[in-house]
Amino acid sequence: MKDKNELIKEQILYQSGVNVRKCMRCGKCSGTCPGYDEMEYHPHQFVYLVETGDIEPLLKSESLYKCLSCFACVDRCPRGVEPAKIIEAVRLTVIRQQGKNKLTPDDIPAVIDDDIPQQALVSAYRKFTR
Amino acid sequence: MQIEEKKPLIAAFCCNWCSYAGADLAGNNRLNYPDNVKIIRVPCSCRVDPTFILRAFQRGADGVLICGCHPGDCHYTTGNYYTRRRMTLLFSMLEYLGIEKERTRVEWVSAAEGAKFAQTVNEFTAAVSALGENRRLEDLRCKE
Amino acid sequence: MQRIGVFICHCGSNIAATVDTSAVVNALSAEPGVVCAVDYPYMCSASGQDMIKEAIKEKELTGIVICSCSPRMHEATFRKAAAAAGLNPYMVEIANIREQCSWVHKDKQTATEKAIVLGRAAIAKVSLNTPLQPGEIPVTKRALVIGGGIAGIQTALDIADAGFEVDIVEKKPTIGGKMAQLDKTFPTLDCAACILTPKMVEASQNEKIRIYSYSKVEEVSGFVGNFTVKIRKKARFVDENKCTGCGLCTEKCPVKNVPNEFNLGMDSRHAVYIPFAQAVPKVAVIDADYCRMLKDGKCGLCSKICGAGAIKYDQEDEIIENKYGAIVAATGCEPIDLDKFDEFAYSKSKDVITSLQFERLMNAAGPTGGVLLRPSDNKHPKTIVFVQCVGSRCEAHAKKGKEYCSKICCMYTAKHAMLTREKYPDTDVYVFYIDVRTPGKNFDEFYRRVAEEYGVHYIKGMVGKICAENGTLKVQASDLLADKQLHIDADLVVLAAAIEPDRSTRPLATMLTASMDTNDFFTEAHPKLRPVESPTAGIFLSGCCQGPKDIPETVAQAGAAASKVIGLLCKDRLTANPCVAHCDEMSCNGCSTCENVCPYHAVTYIEKEFRMPDRTTKIRRVAQVNPAVCQGCGACTVACPSKAMDLYGFSGKQIYAEVDAICR
Repeated sequence: MKDKNELIKEQILYQSGVNVRKCMRCGKCSGTCPGYDEMEYHPHQFVYLVETGDIEPLLKSESLYKCLSCFACVDRCPRGVEPAKIIEAVRLTVIRQQGKNKLTPDDIPAVIDDDIPQQALVSAYRKFTR
Repeated sequence: MQIEEKKPLIAAFCCNWCSYAGADLAGNNRLNYPDNVKIIRVPCSCRVDPTFILRAFQRGADGVLICGCHPGDCHYTTGNYYTRRRMTLLFSMLEYLGIEKERTRVEWVSAAEGAKFAQTVNEFTAAVSALGENRRLEDLRCKE
Repeated sequence: MQRIGVFICHCGSNIAATVDTSAVVNALSAEPGVVCAVDYPYMCSASGQDMIKEAIKEKELTGIVICSCSPRMHEATFRKAAAAAGLNPYMVEIANIREQCSWVHKDKQTATEKAIVLGRAAIAKVSLNTPLQPGEIPVTKRALVIGGGIAGIQTALDIADAGFEVDIVEKKPTIGGKMAQLDKTFPTLDCAACILTPKMVEASQNEKIRIYSYSKVEEVSGFVGNFTVKIRKKARFVDENKCTGCGLCTEKCPVKNVPNEFNLGMDSRHAVYIPFAQAVPKVAVIDADYCRMLKDGKCGLCSKICGAGAIKYDQEDEIIENKYGAIVAATGCEPIDLDKFDEFAYSKSKDVITSLQFERLMNAAGPTGGVLLRPSDNKHPKTIVFVQCVGSRCEAHAKKGKEYCSKICCMYTAKHAMLTREKYPDTDVYVFYIDVRTPGKNFDEFYRRVAEEYGVHYIKGMVGKICAENGTLKVQASDLLADKQLHIDADLVVLAAAIEPDRSTRPLATMLTASMDTNDFFTEAHPKLRPVESPTAGIFLSGCCQGPKDIPETVAQAGAAASKVIGLLCKDRLTANPCVAHCDEMSCNGCSTCENVCPYHAVTYIEKEFRMPDRTTKIRRVAQVNPAVCQGCGACTVACPSKAMDLYGFSGKQIYAEVDAICR
């Protein structure tokens, strides 16, 4: 019988379609990340912790929602690991476990900033909802 | 008693310089592939006369695989280009005769591609097995 | 009727573990023509070979089949053993029951069955073998080295040292290659020019060595021992024999703004130029793309100023045809294009440079006279960031960069960091690395000194992006060990670009019919045991055209390639492969199909007189194969409409027999 962590790991790998073993720990993803300072766990740590199966802290981390989904890490990773897809899959796991959206439509007007580009709003729908 | 299913018989022609070496590499790396594939060594894939293939089908082979160097990498510069053209013609003729095109295949396998060789053989055997026995060209007079 | 002996090898347990060898012995001894079948733990051992020899003599065998490892491994061994016992070596066939049977199958029963079938096929084939006599080919005692970098120079010097004549073909106006552009060499910090230029001079003065500079190989034909090569000597519009290399023309030429490729475009040169001061041959060359006289017919200043009268505007390309016994490829490497790495701002800022450009900046003969000034504003950079693995170790699907490790970057970056800190101790130097790989003699000691004594900041992590803003380069990188994102304002960024084979390598490989790997490096005949030979006989490999290498390794490989060439040229005659095509003149209808498909032009047609059954004579046109030129590919045998062409060693009958044995 697989433990819960392993099941989550499998699910994340399946959903993201990422082979975390390809990572050679160069850190270019975190080097390129524009949201780095906001994040508690950084793109390379997401990849590494999913690989080692130490997913629990990631599930609790606010970093999941700080990721801008700008895909800079995906573009620049020399090994084609696609860290943003891993983050997205972890996020989806959390949201599905909670069974409800991260934000309700009522919360949204309060957090909207006029400077936020349209594209970020659209991606926010993906990020914060089931 | 259970009747044993007849395993398909596959003849593979491998050029000496790339594909035969690739098959050797598959062995060096201990990559498993079905044992019903028997390799015949030829100097170049262009040595494979269409009549060899017809003969194999006539004598009961269920599939014929031809492996050569990648186009442009032929040890003899242009041999595999001849193979490519000849086999395109031959295979379409065989298909006309009722030999399914899945029973014949040309694959480029370099000396470094042991894994590709094993994979090719696995896929090809599976494809030929799915088609079952080949009876169309079999010459029943030569059966013992 | 043939008398065939079958010898089954256990190869220790390699074969015997999955193949029941005694069952193979039993099955094969019942085959027609087989007079003895035995197994033995190691057929290739001296005692195994003795067993074969004794059996050949005792049982008067006319053919033998060895069921063992791949013929690529031990065919030659067993042929030699057969010859020693008085049997024609071409009456030996190998059934490959190791690589293609015992190693790839797990089930003992089916593996044994397959081994028996393979043995049967080999017996069927050997029954139809004919004794063959290998022909002999004379060897042209001259070698060609393609590429005049350190690899080519060293190979040529070593071959010449042994007393053989050797030609170097170099596409640039001077020999010297990439090493001539370097400043210092790791780990001893010898100046590159100080150790390279004496060798260049030695090569030019050695009477056994001819240098074709500004030339390229146009066409290669022939085969080992007998290559014919056409060399295009490009017009340099200067008479090489008259030019004294005084350099007067290069000073007076009015066209001054040509980017200087020797300094990687960081300064300019004139339209008539000598690449660098120690160039060999030290002869000027006119760049036809920029020269006003050649473009518009107006100027002619260099011709007026040249005291030696060496300028020849009407010079044309010259084609030289030579014969060679061996060819060495020494085409070297070059840094990759960084166009696809726009995150490093390489094309946006002049201050983001490659390591090779940095070499020129540090070089006393470089664009800044050896003073480290950044290209944009000629100021001293105070903070320098080195980025390693740019384009190396990338995933194949990423379509930018190379999958392999370029091997030399870790060491030259350490060298650059050390030199910078030594000359300018007030400079902050950061090196961003993924792994530091320094497995060479005195390499790791060198790297540790750079980190410990010279205070270079080695940071584990990659640079993510670089933005050029108001003359500074904003470097954003991660420090993986401290788990921080770093923001560094750098004045100069040096990218350790991956190296790739020179672009001339692929067309050359096609001409030489030498095989290449997916990265366009030449493939060696064996990755471990024959590292300096190409699988194509008579073609040898030297330096980076075979894989990334540093200078000591290149020189070692150059010497090794030279020794292989010398070994070949020492022979007066080579034994030719007797497995060649031959024509049955009675069936030949003179259609010329074989002549057209032969890639070696080995088939010619002759008019020959035949006696007809009615006692008349008739002259017919029939094909004739030159066995020295034929390589035995068999293209003609299949193309021949009347099946007059056949191949010794792989005859139609033999392959039919094999097919029949397999499909039985």
